[in-house]
Amino acid sequence: MEPIRRIEGRTVVLPRKNVDTDQIIPARFLKVTDKEGLGRALFSDWRYDASGAPRPDFVLNRPEAAGSRILVAGDNFGCGSSREHAPWALLDYGFGAVISTRIADIFRSNALKNGLVPVVLDAESHARLLSAPGAEVAVDLESGTVTLPGGGTAPFAIDAFARTCLMNGLDELGFLLSQEPAIAAYEGAR
Amino acid sequence: MAEPRKPKTLFEKVWDAHLVRAETPDAPAILYVDLHLVHEVTSPQAFSALRERGVKVRRPDKTLATMDHSTPTLPRGADGRFPFVDAQAEAQVRALERNAADFGIELHGLGDEARGVVHVFGPEMGATQPGMTVVCGDSHTATHGAFGALAFGVGTSEVSHVLATQCLLQRRPRTLAVRVEGRLAEGVSAKDLILAIIAKLGVGGGTGHVLEYLGPAVRGLSMEGRMTVCNMSIEAGARAGLVAPDDVTFQWLSGRPRTPKGAAFAGAVAGWRLLSSDEDASYDREVVVDASAVAPWITFGTNPGQGIPVNGVIPDPAKEADAASRGSLEAALLYMGLAPGQRLLGHPVDAVFIGSCTNGRLEDMREAARALRGQRVKVRTLVVPGSEGVKRAAEAEGLDRVFRDAGAEWREPGCSMCIAMNGDHIGPGEYCVSTSNRNFEGRQGAGGRTLLASPLTAAAAAVAGAVADPRRLARRG
Repeated sequence: MEPIRRIEGRTVVLPRKNVDTDQIIPARFLKVTDKEGLGRALFSDWRYDASGAPRPDFVLNRPEAAGSRILVAGDNFGCGSSREHAPWALLDYGFGAVISTRIADIFRSNALKNGLVPVVLDAESHARLLSAPGAEVAVDLESGTVTLPGGGTAPFAIDAFARTCLMNGLDELGFLLSQEPAIAAYEGAR
Repeated sequence: MAEPRKPKTLFEKVWDAHLVRAETPDAPAILYVDLHLVHEVTSPQAFSALRERGVKVRRPDKTLATMDHSTPTLPRGADGRFPFVDAQAEAQVRALERNAADFGIELHGLGDEARGVVHVFGPEMGATQPGMTVVCGDSHTATHGAFGALAFGVGTSEVSHVLATQCLLQRRPRTLAVRVEGRLAEGVSAKDLILAIIAKLGVGGGTGHVLEYLGPAVRGLSMEGRMTVCNMSIEAGARAGLVAPDDVTFQWLSGRPRTPKGAAFAGAVAGWRLLSSDEDASYDREVVVDASAVAPWITFGTNPGQGIPVNGVIPDPAKEADAASRGSLEAALLYMGLAPGQRLLGHPVDAVFIGSCTNGRLEDMREAARALRGQRVKVRTLVVPGSEGVKRAAEAEGLDRVFRDAGAEWREPGCSMCIAMNGDHIGPGEYCVSTSNRNFEGRQGAGGRTLLASPLTAAAAAVAGAVADPRRLARRG
């Protein structure tokens, strides 16, 4: 994985609460055996009508959304299934970070393993981002802060280990494989 | 010298026993996994990761695979071929066959007499046992917590971690006790109970927690009922749900293919009896639910927390506390084509689905048959057993005849219309009363509208062609 220190860019705002992984990528797109090109299926049922034409009122279809890097979403983003296709689709589309007031456990874990930064903010900072779609903001892993529209920053918590992995481009599988002696000792002691 | 005994919850007992290394502020715990269940949808990219690194599956003996999501629920054709929805679904199934063969994993694939929906299959095999850690690339892995196993869903990266190392990096979750007092009334099932609990906690209310279900109403549930309850823990945001094992559990496990036999089984039971929370153990949070107040439940919205008693009234978004909740409820009602103040009772439906890892077990089939015996369904009704074992057992009791005579379709085992990946789906705008676990937009087919309920409520809806109160049918017995 490429090391990630800072993600800068414009926001897209999806204020809905409880955006589930079936919305992020519907199940009919999960029949793949690789991870390629899933950005096309991102938010498919909200983005396209039954004929496959873009729905002009959906936020990702507006011209100003092009090139956005940061998704600001309502509370409890990514709830539902364990499909890692959800962060794969968000990353493939071009997002580098997701900001909410709560992010579902499995989605958060999956996001971290792929270099999509999950950011949980306090309600007030989150509200400022919600009310300023298209704002230029930066998610900084070094300082653990997000710059807010209109000035100032808000801190966010991120697991120390996950942060180290993101900032150094390390993957957890490599770390776990290096723990072989401890794993063998545990198995031997049972 | 021994430390003074610290009272522990069931979760803590299982967690502590599986620590290869305890967590520190700088690093998560390394948690050992006793059973890794694998299915075709979330595993191909994980096997690819192993191939890229040139690593093997560390413990094929602790890994067990089946296929359920992309598999057809119609039987083989005259040509002997399975009617896959498309080439991609077939390729995914073939990929698991190849991966299992290449990496030495026991696979119960299409045509195998033990195959089933992964969370029906694992317990039936006796692979899920009290005190184990169980993971699967599937959020409904929480099901296995019904046996007092710490069981949770993981993503595909973590599937590769477990395949390669039999371990996961995990932060210790918090604990939430759900005490269910009283007992469930006639016609009210485990499904109604868990839907009512989710409505109380909210769909994000259990985030970061492991739930433990306690109390007389939980003790009074069958294993099937406990599995239904634990299964939907994820719908409250909790990755895992637990029920301490007891005689009901041990009796259910006795004689399963992978459980110990004879004296070894008695020895295992003696150990399993220690797996309950200590009297004085404390939880991070606690909620109390009165089972006797739970009515047959049904969802009206687009998340499993948006539910009401079957004879209740749809809530008014204007009464929501904040703008976000108001907006969320308004969007749900718009999608569902329903209005505040409306009753669901009598609302016409287009389809009924009975099955899934939530309600695809023999007891669920019996409940549905109880309502369908001697009746005719008014709408398309799919009854999909959770496994080949459930199918055989149901047929041995003649339940398949009951369903067919009522005009329902009796299908081959699979996830089917719960996730609508395999060609089984409803149409845009259609209403389906479903015994599955998610009523998310489009879950049962793009534009489809799902009303989650118990097998009895679903069967009652099939007979009425509309949402119906199952208690009338239940009394018929």
